[in-house]
Amino acid sequence: MPHHTFVKFIWPSALAMLVFIALPIISITIQSFYIEHEQVLVTAENCGPFGCKKVTTVDVEATRALSEQKPLGKFNGFGTYTNRNHLAFSQIGEAWNAAPNLGYFISEVLNLPFYKALSFTLTYTFVVTPCVIILGFCIALCVNRLPSIFKGPTIFLSLLPMIITPLIGSLVLFWMIDAEGIIGSFLKIIFDDPNLSLKASPSLTWIMLIVYGIWHHAPFAFVVFYAGLQTVPKDTLESAMIDGASRWEQTRYVVVPYLMPLVVFVSLIQLMDNFRVFEPIVGFNAQASATSLSWLIYNDFRSGDGAMLFGSAAATSILTIIGISILLTPIIVRTWQSSKPAVR
Amino acid sequence: MNKASPNWLNFLSISFLALWLLLASVPFLWTFWGSFKVQADFFSKQDWQYAIFGIRTIVETGANFTSDGYNGAWIQEGFWKAALNTAFVTLSVVTISLTLGTLGGYALARSGFRYAFWILIAALIFRAMPHITLVSGYLLPFFELGLWGHLSTTIIVLVAINQPFTLWMLHSFFLSIPRDLDESAMVDGCTRFEAFKHVIIPVMWPGVITTGLFSFLLAYNDFAITALLLTEENQTMVPKIASFLGSTQEQGNVMFAVAAVVSATAPLFVLVMFFQRQIVSGLTAGAIKG
Repeated sequence: MPHHTFVKFIWPSALAMLVFIALPIISITIQSFYIEHEQVLVTAENCGPFGCKKVTTVDVEATRALSEQKPLGKFNGFGTYTNRNHLAFSQIGEAWNAAPNLGYFISEVLNLPFYKALSFTLTYTFVVTPCVIILGFCIALCVNRLPSIFKGPTIFLSLLPMIITPLIGSLVLFWMIDAEGIIGSFLKIIFDDPNLSLKASPSLTWIMLIVYGIWHHAPFAFVVFYAGLQTVPKDTLESAMIDGASRWEQTRYVVVPYLMPLVVFVSLIQLMDNFRVFEPIVGFNAQASATSLSWLIYNDFRSGDGAMLFGSAAATSILTIIGISILLTPIIVRTWQSSKPAVR
Repeated sequence: MNKASPNWLNFLSISFLALWLLLASVPFLWTFWGSFKVQADFFSKQDWQYAIFGIRTIVETGANFTSDGYNGAWIQEGFWKAALNTAFVTLSVVTISLTLGTLGGYALARSGFRYAFWILIAALIFRAMPHITLVSGYLLPFFELGLWGHLSTTIIVLVAINQPFTLWMLHSFFLSIPRDLDESAMVDGCTRFEAFKHVIIPVMWPGVITTGLFSFLLAYNDFAITALLLTEENQTMVPKIASFLGSTQEQGNVMFAVAAVVSATAPLFVLVMFFQRQIVSGLTAGAIKG
């Protein structure tokens, strides 16, 4: 296809991606170097019958004029990146100097908002991704053994957790697991602790979110592996059987290696999706014990007094993008190397 | 069932599957059933059997089932408006992103030049961007340009965010259509556009429907973008439910949120029921080409 025809076909799609995906990345890079204007304060002398008082008030007009004139705010360099809410270099330094032992230092660092969010995001990503792959693979193996009339309904039910809106899915589970919900009250009876509440315990909250993540993503891995199982060459399996391979050995040495490219694909998609974990934290109302990088950005726009912290959100966004690039580079390089010959 | 396999393996496999199916479906059944009860039954503190038999529902309303939650959500809290907004947004997103995606995906599949590969890699990297980081890039420019809060802005943003995925899927679908088909039309004197229109469009529908389903799911399920880019009166269903949570918990109207959640789930159920085969084949196509 000649270049000009190619351009004619692709420009609407390319333009959409440039304007709404590439430009915003530039936009957050710029925004992250700016910080909101401070409010313009005026000091006025207020004289009454009991003498004069100096009163400092916010000059709303002047503040608004300033932010209209320079909506980006004022230049802050890397100030936002290094402040307490982001990389918090000085706080880490202080904690390092003050810490009697490593455990104390780590707990101090994990109390800083960015590191708290990062630790949950990474834990979630690296627990959910392998669990999803293993669970999905097991379900696929079991469904593959079913008689074909049962396959359809089984796949239908299995797809439900995946296609459900993440916020709605987490709410549905939350209402059951909540202290007043069915599972929550059962747990109270089992552990014989009337005050047991998943919300109040950070570690239970983490487990709950991770269970939700596995529940939500396992069907995706299941469907991909199930489709892959249909294409496993029958004669390879049969020759393995003739050679005396047990059922387990057939799975281990024939099926798993054959599905390896699909495992890479599923992990790539899962790493992308799990690193952006966000809706379950809103749905489970879990921000007291678990926050994620995406949630931090959301929170910067939802902070109490209606002011939106563009600079702070942008800096977290940049750090998030750096994080996801570090995470995905090995897999993308691998995909690129293996798919090279496929492209003319 | 595989005849050669030992009994214990069959048993293990069936019980594992049964457990998974319970986990996958019971939460939905539970919430659906409970949405017709009163709050004291849905969150049955005293006795879990209340939730099933609706003891409090009979005491409070005199009937086995109540539609108070649905009334409250749809009429009192104006959920119908959010539902209309969602319908408008998702329909527009699916239509526009499929139009752009088929053109782009076709070009990528037929180009044969190296840059097509690089565009696909760029699309893959764009696919990895967490949506909310992009939103933080939009907000300030949208405020400045007066674009914030409109449904149309949200639609265009969702279309753009959908493009990487749509391009990948349709690209791999068009690769599976033989080149000879459109090239022979071009030998007969068609231009590339005419060949696309007369030869490719009639045979592309299976791939387009599959891709459309996933565009629909992305637009319908989105929370990050719709929650931050829409004004309160333009809210779609998912952010509306999120705002219910804040307001209703205080007023004791959690059942409104439960009813709204069940209402928003219903279209997804219907979708899976009718398009299960396409969803499965779509995920597979992505996997084999991806």
